[in-house]
Amino acid sequence: MNGAEPVFAARGLVKRFGHVTALDGADFELYPGEILAVIGDNGAGKSTLIKALSGALQPDEGEIRLDGEPVHFRSPLDARRAGIETVYQDLAVAPALDIASNLFLGREVRRGGLQGRALRMLDKRHMRREAGRYLSELKIGIQSLRQPVENLSGGQRQGVAVARAAAWGRRLVIMDEPTAALGVKETGQVLELIKRVRERGLPVILISHDMPHVFELADRIHIMRLGRRVAVVTPQSHTMSEAVAIMTGATTLEVA
Amino acid sequence: MDIPTPVRSASRSMAAGLARAAGRVSAIGPIGPLFALGLAMAFFAVKSHQFLQGQNLSLVLQQVMEVAVLAIGQTIVILTAGIDLSCGAVMAFGTIVMTKLATSSGVPAIPAILLGIGVCAGFGVLNGALVTKIRLPAFIVTLGTLNIAFALVHIYSREETIANPPSAMTYFGRTFAVGGTNITYGVILMLALFALVWFVLTQTAWGSHVYSVGNNQEATRLAGIRTDRLLISVYAIAGVIYGIAGLLLVARTEVGDPNAGQTDNLDSITAVVLGGTSLFGGRGTVVGTLIGALIVGVFRNGLQLIGVASIYQILITGILVILAVSIDQLTHRGRQ
Repeated sequence: MNGAEPVFAARGLVKRFGHVTALDGADFELYPGEILAVIGDNGAGKSTLIKALSGALQPDEGEIRLDGEPVHFRSPLDARRAGIETVYQDLAVAPALDIASNLFLGREVRRGGLQGRALRMLDKRHMRREAGRYLSELKIGIQSLRQPVENLSGGQRQGVAVARAAAWGRRLVIMDEPTAALGVKETGQVLELIKRVRERGLPVILISHDMPHVFELADRIHIMRLGRRVAVVTPQSHTMSEAVAIMTGATTLEVA
Repeated sequence: MDIPTPVRSASRSMAAGLARAAGRVSAIGPIGPLFALGLAMAFFAVKSHQFLQGQNLSLVLQQVMEVAVLAIGQTIVILTAGIDLSCGAVMAFGTIVMTKLATSSGVPAIPAILLGIGVCAGFGVLNGALVTKIRLPAFIVTLGTLNIAFALVHIYSREETIANPPSAMTYFGRTFAVGGTNITYGVILMLALFALVWFVLTQTAWGSHVYSVGNNQEATRLAGIRTDRLLISVYAIAGVIYGIAGLLLVARTEVGDPNAGQTDNLDSITAVVLGGTSLFGGRGTVVGTLIGALIVGVFRNGLQLIGVASIYQILITGILVILAVSIDQLTHRGRQ
């Protein structure tokens, strides 16, 4: 990855909640086309870091750069507008709406002409066709785009959420424990999907507790401890138990 | 349990097929309520030769008019997983404001009507703001505004019925004849409102956001939709609809009655629930609500025709409501 400029980077992020310092000068880099896993024990500042990067909260100190430009996200909507999409663990879809409506939720396409402008009518056919295209690009097999999402399996539902993020994320996708609510087989399907998102050239930040998944998918692994990034390793340079040792503080490693 | 694999997979695919079929039915609309309405109408048609006469059916429509219009507003609120107990009292306040402004303050009829509807919209904004900004349950908020509106009705009217509203306010009480049957313009306005809200809910982005916020508010917010603004707009539009119901009430009764609408909140919820809209939010149709309101109207009218005491109408409505919410609860549990 050396030589390339990071797509998304942060320097010296600090976030305090009263007396608790959740982020204590954390750094972060995401390079083009990679899957970067973020791991850390509970309370290590992993989710605070992700929230700061996705606009869900604002850091007290430090700076965040997107493609080299400083950015200040005041809400997840700001991050979304900048091309950063997030997939959450808890299957964030509207179950009674159909697949196309979920993919286009908040970004509905209106019809052309008077029907769209005066009557504000939706172009459902267009949205369905596009939804079908997104899903087939990611090889998510679904019989009918008209069926409500609640008729899908958990893996397929998360597939819809991943497809939505991949469809709208112009710069990168953040996946916050995307398989935590899924069974074994469904988890495998979603992991395959994450690889396909990378194949399409979109960098992915993957937050996960599951070491085997992290080591299977990640190009690099960012390890958080006590509110800082303590190491960046790769599945080739370190073993799982070494990574866990760094994470828990049993081993220390100089940050490059 | 040692079930041979083919049997197990067959039963599983059958369950999947049933789930798909259920999904398809809910997409078409309220089949169950329509069936119940048809059954009730067939029953009363056999029992009374008057029932199916045009004049009587027109009467049924007039009798359900205000509650059905209130139930349109109630439907969009319930679709967001809310509830509005204030609708009847807010409507009554709208009627008192419009009739009193016109009769004793000298405000011309059209501005008085608009002010009456505007006051109802104001109550809607208040309900929506309290639900979203203070994060209070809709049940409690609208219980409060129910009492406020009720008190304002009686304070502003001084407990007096306001008679002789201007003729513009009673326009929708006039009738026109279709093949010997007199139909009021109010009924036409009611049907037009149903059609309009059906269109908005099914064909626009705002409509799908209403369903989605009732389905999963957090997911809707994370999808970048300003759910607070959406919910306030839902309660405000419901308020406008209650104001229109108030205008229809003045048109039909030709007075501003401070005692109007006191049970209409529960009656409108009854119509919504009988129409198959889920109290859990996110599922239901306004067409179902029209059918639900007609079911109540048909029972009331039909039982009267065959000479059953009116208290039995209430008894039967109660049973129907429990039946409808039980079906809702059972299918909801099936989805978990």
